[in-house]
Amino acid sequence: MKEKRNIILAGLVVGIAAVALTYFGNPANMGFCIACFIRDIAGGVGMHRAEIVQYVRPEIIGLVGGAFLMAVFSKEFKAKGGSSPVLRFILGFCVMVGALVFLGCPLRMVIRLGGGDLNALVGLAGFVVGILGGVFFLNKGFTLKRNYKMPVAEGFALTGVNAALLVLLVAAPSVLIFSQSGPGSMHAPILMSLAAGLIVGALAQKTRLCMVGGIRDVVLFKDWTLLAGFVAIFVAVLAGNLILGNFHLGFVIDAETAQPVAHTDGLWNFMGMVVVGLGSVLLGGCPLRQLILAGEGNSDSAVAVLGMFVGAAFSHNFGLASSATGVGAHGKVGAILALAVVLLIAVCNTRKAPAPKVTEVPTATAEPSK
Amino acid sequence: MEKIVVDARGRSCPEPVLMTKKAMAQTASRYEILVDNDTALQNVSRFVRNAGLEPQVSEQGEDYLITVERK
Repeated sequence: MKEKRNIILAGLVVGIAAVALTYFGNPANMGFCIACFIRDIAGGVGMHRAEIVQYVRPEIIGLVGGAFLMAVFSKEFKAKGGSSPVLRFILGFCVMVGALVFLGCPLRMVIRLGGGDLNALVGLAGFVVGILGGVFFLNKGFTLKRNYKMPVAEGFALTGVNAALLVLLVAAPSVLIFSQSGPGSMHAPILMSLAAGLIVGALAQKTRLCMVGGIRDVVLFKDWTLLAGFVAIFVAVLAGNLILGNFHLGFVIDAETAQPVAHTDGLWNFMGMVVVGLGSVLLGGCPLRQLILAGEGNSDSAVAVLGMFVGAAFSHNFGLASSATGVGAHGKVGAILALAVVLLIAVCNTRKAPAPKVTEVPTATAEPSK
Repeated sequence: MEKIVVDARGRSCPEPVLMTKKAMAQTASRYEILVDNDTALQNVSRFVRNAGLEPQVSEQGEDYLITVERK
């Protein structure tokens, strides 16, 4: 009960922070978007040259840092890794391809829904289908095998990289590339973005908030705890948008105006999120959760984040990413290939686990020893 | 009496809970689930409580041992 209350509170804070970040400069319906922001960072350091989406987003730096600080504070920081890192890299890559065909990670999907964007509802349908597919493989015995203890430096590496990015952003912004127009040029002040990231990162670490976990756990275990966080984000964003007059229900705002940073190609909104849902279940969590786990010292998640980073650059270099005008030139092929790769990884790592072994315990020693 | 031991150390979410679910689908009077992180500890404990049983947790070095007795 207490867990559920905490995650609802965390969800409400995430929603309010998202609305506030948009109010203070972030693109509409993009208070947070893990996929878009990692993509912007990839552009900010010159990995791709899509000129309208380049900026080093302090939200990402804050999310990882906040999770790291909270994990250290609550003695949960543990350096671990070695659970099929290359497959996780590829899964991260594919999740990013799918997210950029849809134009948002699962968190932004919820935020878009809270802004009235019905294209995100189509995305949600695809997301659920993808998660159901992932649950199917989990039930059949899918696993990327266990992780192992790693040196502390390995667990800290991605947090360190983010700290270095922050130093560059503050002390030497001239070496980075910033969009002069488009979504990349729209951002809240650095300090506010960083603070929002830190707070949400800490809360998400504490509560295990995860967009994909919410739906997955309901299907697998009839456990509604994580989904409560998902719903709380939606409610807070919806309320915030209604108050600020930013709620526009529909697939488009009007005949001339599209929903912000979104397209109306239903099939590919759906397909993009199928890839994200399936890939995220196989990774064990949504893109936000991967950032948080990376902050906690999980280098497998850090590798998944790096996969997303490279996937984002690739998506823009080879025309896979969508834009407000529609799906990219090669977006459809990209989404189908990404889905095929994710399915291949799922099939190759699914085998029936041996039935749990029942052992006889002599009654005399059955009492648990102290 | 019979017990089932589940070693879910190193497994990422939601595998520890799935492994527990599979074990508890089999008849035994005691289940012992080993996990190595707080998320798995919370998730498995919540699953056990949702099944109407009470998990007992003890620390074993850097791991947690969750013991479930079926009355």
